[in-house]
Amino acid sequence: MNNAMVIGQYVPGNSVVHRLDPRTKITIIFIFVFVVFLANNVWSYTILTVFALLSMITSRVPLRFVLKGLTPVWFLIIFTFLLHVIITKEGDVVFEIFTFQVYSGGLIQGFAISMRFFLLILVTSLLTLTTTPIEITDAIESMLQPLKKVKFPVHELALMMSISLRFIPTLLQETDKISKAQASRGVDFRTGKLKDRIQAVVPLLVPLFVSAFKRAEELAMAMEARGYQGGEGRTKLRELKFTKLDVGIYILFIFVILGLFFTRN
Amino acid sequence: MDITFENVSYIYQQHSPFAHKAIDQLSFHIPSGTFVAIVGHTGSGKSTLIQHLNGLVQPTAGKVKIGDFELTAEKKPKHLKQLRSKVGVVFQYPEHQLFEETVAKDISFGPKNFGVGDSEIQRRVTEALQAVGLSADYVERSPFDLSGGQMRRVAIAGVLATKPNVLVLDEPTAGLDPRGQKEMMEMFYERHRSEQLTTILVTHSMEDAVTYADHVIILNKGSKYMEGKPEEVFVQKEALQQVQLDVPEMVAFINRWNEKFHTKLPFTKQSERELATAITAVLKGGKSHE
Repeated sequence: MNNAMVIGQYVPGNSVVHRLDPRTKITIIFIFVFVVFLANNVWSYTILTVFALLSMITSRVPLRFVLKGLTPVWFLIIFTFLLHVIITKEGDVVFEIFTFQVYSGGLIQGFAISMRFFLLILVTSLLTLTTTPIEITDAIESMLQPLKKVKFPVHELALMMSISLRFIPTLLQETDKISKAQASRGVDFRTGKLKDRIQAVVPLLVPLFVSAFKRAEELAMAMEARGYQGGEGRTKLRELKFTKLDVGIYILFIFVILGLFFTRN
Repeated sequence: MDITFENVSYIYQQHSPFAHKAIDQLSFHIPSGTFVAIVGHTGSGKSTLIQHLNGLVQPTAGKVKIGDFELTAEKKPKHLKQLRSKVGVVFQYPEHQLFEETVAKDISFGPKNFGVGDSEIQRRVTEALQAVGLSADYVERSPFDLSGGQMRRVAIAGVLATKPNVLVLDEPTAGLDPRGQKEMMEMFYERHRSEQLTTILVTHSMEDAVTYADHVIILNKGSKYMEGKPEEVFVQKEALQQVQLDVPEMVAFINRWNEKFHTKLPFTKQSERELATAITAVLKGGKSHE
């Protein structure tokens, strides 16, 4: 299968981060995304960075995976940094490249903003690296429970999510198979004019859609045959459990936020 | 076209924690015009092997030679299209590759890609449809309105229409009814002889292997486990059972017969009728002793 699929892929493990209740992880990351924007000096950034790096280290996810997850956003981070360096004209002139002056304010600003980006992506990718897709959907289902009061189809939504996640690898495999079959019949997906290459996708997409629809129908039938009738009264094999570990992490996180409020200007 | 594998290995997702060796130091030679059966348990590397035959994958190590074409780990393959026009591959469940609006268009897709002229394509479509046993009425129908078996035939016609020298079949009869299976295999065999093809059949069916193949290669965990003529390979019951394979029914029958009646009938790829005659002869011979 495709080697690029490692982005955000779950890496099995038994670390503290893996064992956390996925609801805890989602909540903390959700809050983290907001508090990142509160940091505005060296100390507040240090606190957030230490928190993010510590979670990464305790997760025992190999650094290679984390970095691989970051590859698509490196460009964005560097671009933001450069943009701030170029545009901001505050503080003293630190140095000059040709006729262009770089201000200390620009450097600081650029560094701060790209640091935010980096932290956000690091923490969110840590979620998918240490949590199976099923756990994530279960957590979302459980966290959206209150919406049931207003007749929001929470269970159905979660089911749709887990089904689509479940079929991503299947569809990728299917794509691989069909593109190989068509390549054997002389389709060239890699070279040629853009127009030809776009046309070459048709023999790939049509069979893919046909099989996806067929699969959906079969799945619906199989579910019905096994007595599926929605979420009413349905029990779970793996219950989400809120443990002492989660309490501990919440307390730690509250200290992080308090620290942030004390250190920021 | 002669096909040669020289110490070919293939590793999926090399340099990653998910690395998986699918083919390990595989070497064999298939002379032009041979009907070869590749047999092996699930996961023995059969499907990976056939993807080497038309350059869909490049070996991680070693060398693959198909006629004048060479595939190695180092060089980026050139003239892949030319190679693919010479090597036709019928994948498992080929009906999944159908996409055109009409049967005729789908069959002409391959030849068109390989630059065959329009009038020649017309001729080939008619010929290929006939070869797979579908009447000419089907040309204007949508392939998606056909039954599963008919779709399979159309897809196979699409490969035959490219007029390959080497025909690779990956379990072409999987999921068909017994009669359809037999018809389909007979059709391939007929084609193999009439067009002097080099045919490579990947199969689970010992019966098909023994009926049609001149040469059998047995794979196990990505390496060659046994190789030879069917009548030599398929009599080695213990060795086959080691890799979760069974001897063909015919061999099993002869073995049991020999055991029960203390005869020494050999297995020579004979047909049921020939075997019956041989048994009659033995029985008659036995009587004459009394």
